[in-house]
Amino acid sequence: MNALTEAPASSRLLLSGNEAIARAVWEAGTIVAAAYPGTPSTEILEVLAGFPDVDTHWAVNEKVSLEVAIGASIGGARAFCAMKHVGVNVAADALMSQTLAGARGGLVIAVADDVGLSSSQNEQDSRFWGRFAHIPVLEPADSQEAYEMTKLAFELSEEFETPVLLRLTTRVCHVKALCEVGARTPRPATGFESDPGRWVLVPANARNRLGTLFSRETALAAHSETFEMTQLLPGADSRVGFVASGPAALAVRETFPDAPLLKLGMTHPLPLERVRELAGQVERLLVVEEVEPLVEQELKAAGIACHGKDVLPRSGELSYVVLRPAVARLLGEDDGSGAAEGPVAPAAQVFPRPPTMCVGCPHLSPYYVLSKIRKQVIIAGDIGCYTLGFGHPWNALDTTICMGSSMGMALGLSKAAAEADKDKAVVGVIGDSTFLHMGMQGLLDIVYTGGNVTVLLLDNRAVGMTGGQDHPGTGRDIHGAEAPQVDFAKLVAALGVRPERIHVVDPYELPTMAKTIRQEIATPEPSVIITNQPCVLIDRFKPREPFRVIDDQCNGCSNCLRVGCPAISVTRTETETRRGRERELKFVTIDTVFCTGCTICVKTCGPGAIVPAGASAKEDSRA
Amino acid sequence: MSGTAFPTTDILLAGIGGQGVLTASEILAQAAIAQGFDVKKTEVAGMAQRGGMVTSHLRFGEKVMAPAIAPGSADLLLAFEVAEGLRCLPFLRKGGRAVVNTQRVLPPVVSSGLFSYPDDPVAQMLATGADVHPVDGTRIALALGEPRLANTVMLGAVADHLPFGAEALLRALLERFGSRKPHLADLNRRAFEAGREAVGGGAAQAAASA
Repeated sequence: MNALTEAPASSRLLLSGNEAIARAVWEAGTIVAAAYPGTPSTEILEVLAGFPDVDTHWAVNEKVSLEVAIGASIGGARAFCAMKHVGVNVAADALMSQTLAGARGGLVIAVADDVGLSSSQNEQDSRFWGRFAHIPVLEPADSQEAYEMTKLAFELSEEFETPVLLRLTTRVCHVKALCEVGARTPRPATGFESDPGRWVLVPANARNRLGTLFSRETALAAHSETFEMTQLLPGADSRVGFVASGPAALAVRETFPDAPLLKLGMTHPLPLERVRELAGQVERLLVVEEVEPLVEQELKAAGIACHGKDVLPRSGELSYVVLRPAVARLLGEDDGSGAAEGPVAPAAQVFPRPPTMCVGCPHLSPYYVLSKIRKQVIIAGDIGCYTLGFGHPWNALDTTICMGSSMGMALGLSKAAAEADKDKAVVGVIGDSTFLHMGMQGLLDIVYTGGNVTVLLLDNRAVGMTGGQDHPGTGRDIHGAEAPQVDFAKLVAALGVRPERIHVVDPYELPTMAKTIRQEIATPEPSVIITNQPCVLIDRFKPREPFRVIDDQCNGCSNCLRVGCPAISVTRTETETRRGRERELKFVTIDTVFCTGCTICVKTCGPGAIVPAGASAKEDSRA
Repeated sequence: MSGTAFPTTDILLAGIGGQGVLTASEILAQAAIAQGFDVKKTEVAGMAQRGGMVTSHLRFGEKVMAPAIAPGSADLLLAFEVAEGLRCLPFLRKGGRAVVNTQRVLPPVVSSGLFSYPDDPVAQMLATGADVHPVDGTRIALALGEPRLANTVMLGAVADHLPFGAEALLRALLERFGSRKPHLADLNRRAFEAGREAVGGGAAQAAASA
């Protein structure tokens, strides 16, 4: 099927970290794997699904993906799950207790941190889970290490009967590097063995497991001292010795090739004796870690003097650009900022190019409507493409924190109902996949407490932002094959929303969309409006005949620009003075190459200047 | 370029979502691998596909450590959109070369009048004293009958300024397109040569020296 799944052992391929991990998971003989999509981890499972002999599926959320993996591990199979950093928050309930019972078949959890927040709501450092859950944390720096550590993680998991956390960052997941792959070793499941004292975590059993947990961690600490992927890279310059892990370790080696570097492959438990040994050979120790001072504080607690976040930034990537001046300052040297070498040009002022919703995106119409009634509503948003509704030109989103939070927050906002907000309605905006992930529980609370919230359930039949993955609402599985499909209208009815308050609306029918939203925000009970057009980037979307603007019919009102469709642009502006007030007119055009014929803008055009692109000049004059 | 311990060739590719920046970077990477170089290539995907800017950092050499190119250290800047070229110019090192497609792609924040597009990004780049080579890649591709060939034109425009010959890059390009869609091989070859000639390389260079 493709180069990665068919490559024979010993092939050297240019692989992203995510691809390398998928290959290693398959080679390790893994039988069960599940994930919920999340940047930058998504491609691991997407790629793994292309391999034979591994049962993969998109789980409804990260907690379920981990529970599936735990179940398979208890059943004696090697099992894997992958998630982005914030996904562990969701899965933590299962993780924090299962760590007491441990693993049977190798159980590996790949967690991708978004250092620098390129597409996440926070920058949390997943290495904390190692200490919190008392499980080993492995930290690869590039694709080859990701591949090797994935395989080692399965062995470690079985040897110590523990879940293993494989901690990744964007610069591992999405960096392509050469990686030599191997062959698959089949590892049949050994079968479930009843052991209620271990697998049934009632208080008495759980209490009994605590001793095992702590002795396991002690044994892992000893193992960390000799872990093969922790390496001391020698250097003659003993002014600063470095302790680093992940991509930051590569940046350290490149920036200070002559300095000794203890490159940590396992960051929990730490190999304290190896660090102590290096500390004894250098004038000062600098810990370079992304992003929290976790190793630094553990070293200090163990009585090893070191520098870290006193000279390095608390957030973001630690590259050459920040390392060089930081170390210069630490050594009391010129930090090089005044050096002649440097960029050929200073940064120029260039307009921003923020992500936008797509041409013909079915989210455009609800946001157009919300922007029109902006002053009458408080809008609790959620995680997905529709989060972009906070930006230009809609400015129609008031909150976003985490998956599914729009439901509970909308309920809370409606309950707070300050005097100043009495004339405002509360709207929750959530996508199909996010609703299934963690939103429906919040809606249940809205219904149960009679919360006055209007829910916009934007069903575009895909996990859109991560690239259009399937989920239980799409009717397809991870391989694109037919699968049972959730009926959202029936689901919300089953949660208790009254049938009269459930509306399935075609978002391309703008007048109906507007009428329904206005009607429901005026109704003081829970209501749900479900849209039903697919994401324009998935294959079930079928573009229609494009539209164009009849130049001399456009009156410059700029109504259509408030739709926010990237196919519409301004050709010229004029300032009009009417009744002593100045008003800017913006005359527009539609790029017919990109237009998908959704007709949302057509319905915003007063003079009827937007017509099918195929309409003749004769029709122009009639229009 | 980088410190002396791990010398590398650093190429920054810049453009916007959907322009094929990542494909072009992949082809350059495969060409470098075929020459026996170690390669690292990085980009931040995710929200980029929603019309946002896309950059791909490509580094190759005997041994590549860090994947990302530091500002002021790119040997070559290959921009598929002219304002993105201007935006990324600070990544170029002194003495580096910028090859820029003069195509303009206006984001909604510009087309709706919220921000303005620079009047003459190429002039602005040249004014810094940088070695900038504008190429009307999109027009050249249109003349060949296929606007999507603009990327190939741009690859041709950098082909004579790599640590390996243009032939090596062309081979990597044709391997990518040729094997799946043989009818595209000839078109790509012509677009590639047109790109070389647009910056005075390939046949143009041969004619000048003849």
